[in-house]
Amino acid sequence: MIVEIGHFALVLALCVSLVQGTLPLIGAARGDLAWMETARPSAVVQFGLVALAFLTLFHAFIYSDFSVALVASHSHSLQPTIYKISAVWGNHEGSMVLWVFILALFGAAIAIFGGNLPASLRSRVLAVQGLVGFGFLLFIIVTSNPFLRLDPPALEGANLNPLLQDPGLAFHPPFLYLGYVGFSTAFSFAVAALIEGRVDPAWARWVRPWTLAAWCALTVGIAMGSWWAYYELGWGGWWFWDPVENASFMPWIVGTALLHTAIVVEKRDSMKTWTILLSILTFSLSLIGTFLVRSGVLTSVHAFATDPGRGLFILMLLVVAIGGSLTLYAWRAPMLKGGGLFAPISREGALVLNNLLLTTAFATVFLGTLYPLFLDVLGGSKVSVGPPYFNATFLPLTTPVAVAMVVGPMLAWKRGDLAGALQRLWLAFVAVAVTVVGTIIVMGDKSILAALAMGLAAWVAVGVAVELAERLRLFRAPLGEVWRRARQLPRASYGMSIAHFGVAVFIAGVTASSAWRVEVIATARPGDTLTLADYDFRFLGVRGGDGPNYSYDRGFFEVSRQGQPVALMTPEKRAYIVQSQPTTEAAIHTTFFSDLYAVLGDADGSGSWTVRLYYNPLVPWIWIGCVIMAAGGMVSLSDRRLRIGVPVRRRREPVAAAEATA
Amino acid sequence: MTRKRRRLYVVVLCMTALFSAAALVLTAFEDNLVFFYSPSDLATKGLAGERRIRIGGLVEEGSVLRDGSTTIRFRVTDLQTALPVVFNGILPDLFREGQGVVAEGRMGPNGVFTATEVLAKHDENYMPPEVAEALKKAGHWQDGMAK
Repeated sequence: MIVEIGHFALVLALCVSLVQGTLPLIGAARGDLAWMETARPSAVVQFGLVALAFLTLFHAFIYSDFSVALVASHSHSLQPTIYKISAVWGNHEGSMVLWVFILALFGAAIAIFGGNLPASLRSRVLAVQGLVGFGFLLFIIVTSNPFLRLDPPALEGANLNPLLQDPGLAFHPPFLYLGYVGFSTAFSFAVAALIEGRVDPAWARWVRPWTLAAWCALTVGIAMGSWWAYYELGWGGWWFWDPVENASFMPWIVGTALLHTAIVVEKRDSMKTWTILLSILTFSLSLIGTFLVRSGVLTSVHAFATDPGRGLFILMLLVVAIGGSLTLYAWRAPMLKGGGLFAPISREGALVLNNLLLTTAFATVFLGTLYPLFLDVLGGSKVSVGPPYFNATFLPLTTPVAVAMVVGPMLAWKRGDLAGALQRLWLAFVAVAVTVVGTIIVMGDKSILAALAMGLAAWVAVGVAVELAERLRLFRAPLGEVWRRARQLPRASYGMSIAHFGVAVFIAGVTASSAWRVEVIATARPGDTLTLADYDFRFLGVRGGDGPNYSYDRGFFEVSRQGQPVALMTPEKRAYIVQSQPTTEAAIHTTFFSDLYAVLGDADGSGSWTVRLYYNPLVPWIWIGCVIMAAGGMVSLSDRRLRIGVPVRRRREPVAAAEATA
Repeated sequence: MTRKRRRLYVVVLCMTALFSAAALVLTAFEDNLVFFYSPSDLATKGLAGERRIRIGGLVEEGSVLRDGSTTIRFRVTDLQTALPVVFNGILPDLFREGQGVVAEGRMGPNGVFTATEVLAKHDENYMPPEVAEALKKAGHWQDGMAK
């Protein structure tokens, strides 16, 4: 019964989304306020209905209702509760409901907090949001209905894929989708602005907080996914440039570019058409990502079994959404008037460079990810594009971004003084020199490239500090004055500094962990000692046992460093009972500066085991860096200027004024 | 600075970025495009050499040999031709005899494929599309084989 209510709510949500997607558009075109105002209640109602459907799905999973086909095939009564919950989105149907839920959430948030948006813009934004929701609700109901019943009901469920039974992955999809789907707001605002034929600084101020929130969530989501791949897949790597990973990374790159160019629109009333294009592109990439992951067209280490019929449906949605919005763009964008002029050496110029490089880097990733697919569709050979391609194209294009990231904020708007900025950055140059020379001395001269990359990290970190110190007039003005400035500096400035510092930490982590990682693969008998970097791993043996829904073999390694005990590491091999599927649980001993990583392989039957050990220097910094970036975004989001609802349009239209008194 | 002048700068910058990106992509593609072959393809074409390739098929029943070191030998078959593979390392969890597999590496002169990577799957029911196609080409595909 409860499940039927959810099913019914989902169908109602489909109807409501159709209303939300059409009436307000017609109303806005005719200037009819009553019609326009249908947008807000319908967005809230649509959210309520999708939330209800989502909750009934939760209920079915938590109480293991195996008469529901989806629960029977993806859950098990012995599964710990947290994985019963994560099983809701650990499958195709449920994850699509989560997708639509977040879409409706953003729609409702715009409806509720968008009180001071002009009525016509707001109704158009909500209408576009409603149309996207309509497409995906239709997709769920037609091709991937989560509420289908089984007759007769199953006695026991088939268990969630064991690899997904992991705390890191349990919360990876919600964050990832918050990001992916959050970009729909930028898309809706862009399409609405194209229909209105006007983009102004106020528009950018409305779009930025939504984009920023989505960007933060996506950053955290991608970091969680990569962390999961690191400790769960047992290869010691954290990013494989795999199509599924790229699918989430591409919207991130373009979204990052969008965040930066929106600043130019807001501050300088310039680069409008480009910003609109990026808004459309970012969400289009989210859609393409959904298509790539959900259709199974690409061979991926992260691929799951899929159904081709669904792929076709999403492809149709893609064509309509992307094709439609780009056509609208081609038609209306020339009407948008450009604003302030600027010299090439200026803050705008630096942001143009940032955008140019980021989008070019994105294009190379896009090409590498989709080329195998194109070739396959055209009937050519089966190919795949591996990490070396991405490293060879992506890194050279993004390195200049990191270099310019420090200089850009030190340039003035309109016309900057590059020589002056470089002079004021002398401390950063010193830091680079010290880091590069120091790294070569410590690690040996074989790693010159890595030493330069560490220098880049130092450049960014120190450069960010110099820029902040300059804004505060630290060491130049009396302390009281510095304190006053520190309090008055907008949060967005702090946010930028924090996020850019996160990039420095990230670069250091990536460089060190890929350049100086040490790896040993060996067979070991109990009592053997393996040496890795300056650590000794004594293999004590393997003991078996049972977990809640699996049995395991657990290896024991006593790790010591120059005779001093460091840790007892216990990697496991698990066999999940229901699916008899084995998984590897790596043991990781982490300090702030490095990870020791141990994996237990197969037994050869005569008492020895294959083991694989890694020493990964600075690898935790990769995720710490991502978290710092997201934290910077959150600080920026708390800026008064961006706080949702604060921006007030300078030229209020009669409609908006009438609406405010209503 | 006029509008025209600025546009010129931007266009020049864009062109530079595009050309350098194109150059990077082309050189990277040349070295890093990895082609996929089925065991039968390899038998007829007799490829050997420096290029990294991917192969795929089913792990032949009873072919997996461990010699006490970390080296593992097995054969990959499309049910017409079987290709001996040698791999040093830990196999992914879902590697099993009779199941689909994709391996990346180089073809040795002795007809043995040296794999540097054996691709894992996340899901038991997943059959890499290349493998499915290779089996179809060899005429041994049955529905339900993905199980």
